[in-house]
Amino acid sequence: MTSGDPANSDWRPAATQEMLRARAGLLADIRTFFRQAGVLEVETPVCSRFGVTDPAIESFTTRYTGPAAAHGETLYLHTSPEFPMKRLLAAGSGPIYQICKVFRGGELGTRHNPEFTLLEWYRPGFDHFALMDEVASLVNAVLPSALPVERLSYGEAFQRYLGIDPHAASFASLRQCAIDAGIPDAETLSLDGADAWLDLLLTQRIEFHLGRERLSFLFDYPASQAALAKVRQGTPAVAERFELYLEGIEIANGFHELTDAQEQQRRFEQENATREERGLPTVPMDRNLLSALASGMPECAGVALGIDRLLMRVTDVASIEEVLAFPYLRA
Amino acid sequence: MASYSTSEFKGGLKIMMDGDPCSIIENEFVKPGKGQAFSRVKIRNLKTGRVLEKTFKSGESVEAADVMEVNLQYLYADGEFWHFMDPETFEQVSADEKAVGDTVKWMKEQDLCTITLWDGSPIIVAPPNFVVLTVTDTDPGLKGDTSGSGGKPATLESGAVVRVPLFVQIGEMIKVDTRTGEYVSRVKEG
Repeated sequence: MTSGDPANSDWRPAATQEMLRARAGLLADIRTFFRQAGVLEVETPVCSRFGVTDPAIESFTTRYTGPAAAHGETLYLHTSPEFPMKRLLAAGSGPIYQICKVFRGGELGTRHNPEFTLLEWYRPGFDHFALMDEVASLVNAVLPSALPVERLSYGEAFQRYLGIDPHAASFASLRQCAIDAGIPDAETLSLDGADAWLDLLLTQRIEFHLGRERLSFLFDYPASQAALAKVRQGTPAVAERFELYLEGIEIANGFHELTDAQEQQRRFEQENATREERGLPTVPMDRNLLSALASGMPECAGVALGIDRLLMRVTDVASIEEVLAFPYLRA
Repeated sequence: MASYSTSEFKGGLKIMMDGDPCSIIENEFVKPGKGQAFSRVKIRNLKTGRVLEKTFKSGESVEAADVMEVNLQYLYADGEFWHFMDPETFEQVSADEKAVGDTVKWMKEQDLCTITLWDGSPIIVAPPNFVVLTVTDTDPGLKGDTSGSGGKPATLESGAVVRVPLFVQIGEMIKVDTRTGEYVSRVKEG
């Protein structure tokens, strides 16, 4: 048998020639947007000794052996370039952006590919509201026609579509809400906490309504879902975090960034503790990021935007496979 | 007991659900960027044919269903059961009315049918995509339908009624696509 089987069509790209040109055009438009806005393009390492502790995100690992690591060491492929970009901010970079491939284990579907292209940018002096405006400007500049912008707090979205207060509702009432909303198997699902029920309700009963013929920004998340966002004290306390939705699909996630090194360390430790509880591997927290925060990172807002999903909207296709030259199964 | 995790889910996978064998039609991976991942799955109950939606937390496992498809030759019906034989091993199985269902109207002795077995017993009998059957009754005249469709109903030896062109006569054999129930062509006796 020869190694090149002509009947094997997997060598062919999944994306059309037209799609490849649309991707190149989108990347060029984004770079033009940031050049005009005076935001600097940067590159940071894909592989790091440190990883992301978030229990909902699974990192790929690889190994390096050679000078400086004679016996080899484990490296984590980045799931977003967030940590090193924050080190650049702390070192005085000013506004920066990056377009890069990132890697996440366990994620494959019509909207997920284990490696995908992220646009991430940071704006010193912005809060999450100012950054939402800039995200809207960028997205409307690349869509075939500009769309109206809607801002909806996380709490308002749950009130509007489910009649429940996500900040005050108990585990039991969220579960009951899922049952009443007719989510299949809500009675028997065993979920780890209130946030998992909120995720179920959001993905199964709210997302669908968001971003219909408009840009929908969901903002001010439960403090328990702060990730790397500042928490604003109040009743209720909320995480200064936002997500952008287009046609029911999450496109971007942004934060008014946490700058407190101690709080950041506490969250890393908490997430690793959750990993242990769930039997997941713990991940070495990024000491360099903590040092950068301790040395003083400017107040800023940052956002990660999925280029592949944005391209799906720009070209109006339903599956992420159609916008990738070689999706996972052909990689 | 064999089981599948949600990462193994794909169209066609056979799983047990509420005591019945089911086939996965569609599996959608759902995950917020920072949050709990789910599988939203459409499954068909192979016994009842009903389609239902299920939600699984990523990483959950479900029991596998011992379901397989085999091509067996239809032998005869005894009034209660329909009997089939594996043409290579000569092993026989019998299917009840529930398993045979509507397929009975296409079944002719000696034809190969696709049988879905669950724990060794037939639960679905599917006809071949194309069958050749003799016309036992149809309007002999060429008048037929004047509405412009240019066809007429014909009853076949197995009981099915299909629309055929006006020139088809009683006693002729025709080829029919069982997936659409449509006439394909006349067949000359070989």
